[in-house]
Amino acid sequence: MTTPLEDLFANIRGERAALIAYIPAGFPTIEGCHRVIQAFVDGGVDAIEIGFPYSDPVMDGPTIQAAAVTALNNGTSAEDVLDALEVAASKVPSVVMTYWNPIEKYGVEKFASAISAKGGSGVIHPDITIEESGKWLAAADSARVNPIYVVAPSTKDERLAQVTDKCEGFIYAASIMGVTGARSAVSGGAQSLVARIRSVSDKPVAVGLGVSTREQAREVAAYADGVIVGSAFVKAILDAPSFEEGLSAVTALARELSEGVRGR
Amino acid sequence: MTTEVLGHFGPYGGRFVPEALIGALEELEAAHLHAMTDPIFQVELAELHKTYTGRPSILTEAKRFSEHAGGARILLKREDLNHTGSHKINNVLGQALLTKRMGKKRIIAETGAGQHGVASATAAALMGLECVVYMGEEDTKRQALNVARMKMLGAEVVPVTSGSRTLKDAINEAMRDWVTNVETTHYLLGTVAGPHPFPTMVRDFHKIIGEEAREQVLALTGRLPDAVLACVGGGSNAIGIFHRFISDPNVRLIGLEAGGDGVETGRHAATISGGSPGVLHGTRSYVLQDENGQTVESHSISAGLDYPGVGPEHAFLHDIGRAEYRAITDAEAMEAFSILSKTEGIIPAIETAHALAGAINVGKELGPDAILLINLSGRGDKDVHTAAQYFGIPLE
Repeated sequence: MTTPLEDLFANIRGERAALIAYIPAGFPTIEGCHRVIQAFVDGGVDAIEIGFPYSDPVMDGPTIQAAAVTALNNGTSAEDVLDALEVAASKVPSVVMTYWNPIEKYGVEKFASAISAKGGSGVIHPDITIEESGKWLAAADSARVNPIYVVAPSTKDERLAQVTDKCEGFIYAASIMGVTGARSAVSGGAQSLVARIRSVSDKPVAVGLGVSTREQAREVAAYADGVIVGSAFVKAILDAPSFEEGLSAVTALARELSEGVRGR
Repeated sequence: MTTEVLGHFGPYGGRFVPEALIGALEELEAAHLHAMTDPIFQVELAELHKTYTGRPSILTEAKRFSEHAGGARILLKREDLNHTGSHKINNVLGQALLTKRMGKKRIIAETGAGQHGVASATAAALMGLECVVYMGEEDTKRQALNVARMKMLGAEVVPVTSGSRTLKDAINEAMRDWVTNVETTHYLLGTVAGPHPFPTMVRDFHKIIGEEAREQVLALTGRLPDAVLACVGGGSNAIGIFHRFISDPNVRLIGLEAGGDGVETGRHAATISGGSPGVLHGTRSYVLQDENGQTVESHSISAGLDYPGVGPEHAFLHDIGRAEYRAITDAEAMEAFSILSKTEGIIPAIETAHALAGAINVGKELGPDAILLINLSGRGDKDVHTAAQYFGIPLE
């Protein structure tokens, strides 16, 4: 049995890239996050990542750190994350993105089962290595949840083969060496990383870190199977004078980006 | 006794980091392993310790302090007399030499009390490396003197304004820098935490403390101590003095954690006494965390112990019962700080005062026949402002 995420890539691959949008649960409020999810869908995103806000997000830049602080101040719990996942997964294929400790605290098997029970397709976990993943991979496999690792331009070819072998759903390619956040140009390192991944794996590859405009989305979509956008959406909400205007900005940005992933 | 197997200490340790850092950790692991058996490296480090650090550090018997500790013989391993004023220089010189061997020109470091930052800035000056130190904004205020020292040594000090603005957040920011600049930069982590190989490597650079002390205690007293005591934040000075004694079954190893206002109040930094197993900053160990796995802010009068994690080897030594860990409150530590100052003429770091408070308690438990070895890990110059405020001494 395949996950909705796997089905998505099977359906569109070769025709266009998928647009994957990120929002932390509990941001800007616990209910507000659910409205952002709808704004994503209205704008045409293909898949959603629900972030599990964490106290020590070492892979995140200032924008997502700020969102995580807001979400934690709102008292966002694991159950709130799973509720947001359920809302998102009822509309488009959806995954949770989380640092490892919240999974370990929740219970590894229990977390995998809960993702599945909420209709989620997988989990992106940027800070667990394949060497530490034995228990998680078994749990994910038995719950039919896609484990998604993040590889980087510094990942050597041999290791790239080992890590991508454990990935399901898609392979998350970090476009640059660094933390999350919008950048004026997507690093040329992304394209060569994707090419190196292609030489060791035929699984779909989605590129994240730094994409915020239609032009960047079009550029990345020319060589990747998915384009991941996070900070730009969070920033649109943070910068808007009101939440309603923020939601409109999110939908408008999603529309732009979804044009981009279609090569337009 | 070997406690580490493939980067793990029982269920603890390991690597929980972004894939972007794996290459750098593997490179570092190889450099560390090679250096440990390379006579040229060992001679170079030993020479630096002899002519720059001031090793071996001496052993001081604290006879007047002993009267406050049940009459037990109190032996102080004087790491406070090292260049830069604490044990931190042992690790820093070792890692700075490795940095040069790896061909990197820039080091970054986190610091809480500022001792590791000062030591890192010192080694960078000595070896011609660029140095950036991340320090929680709260700590830059508590330890303003050390901020000035680092700047005089040529380092850039970056105040960290995220999260609790203390050591935990300084490590987060240093890791973000490292992920971005890993090609050119070595992260000179200051304690026995973080991803493999840091817990093992930092221990290897500090184990000289226990090796020297064991010889010195034997020479002075003709026998091994009954207990070895050290304060534990991340745990580097403690593992440094413990390690040579792990295979001496009759020597008790006692780590003193920062109990803050008391573990029962929730306002503390006693990670083993009051925390639970989890993952923080790249390693599995004990962590102060809530029911959602979010790190809980720690509290201690001592900036150097104000950390919600602890080295994985300590977690393992605790679980197997080889070492015991106790919490010392701010008040107990400050009392011990005052006693040592007034009975021995030695002003200890507030971190170290936690170990001295532990010695007072353990000395009373074991009585006058006992010999206690205490790691006097740092001197208190940097804490004069904090201590003066605490004791109500005007600074006009």
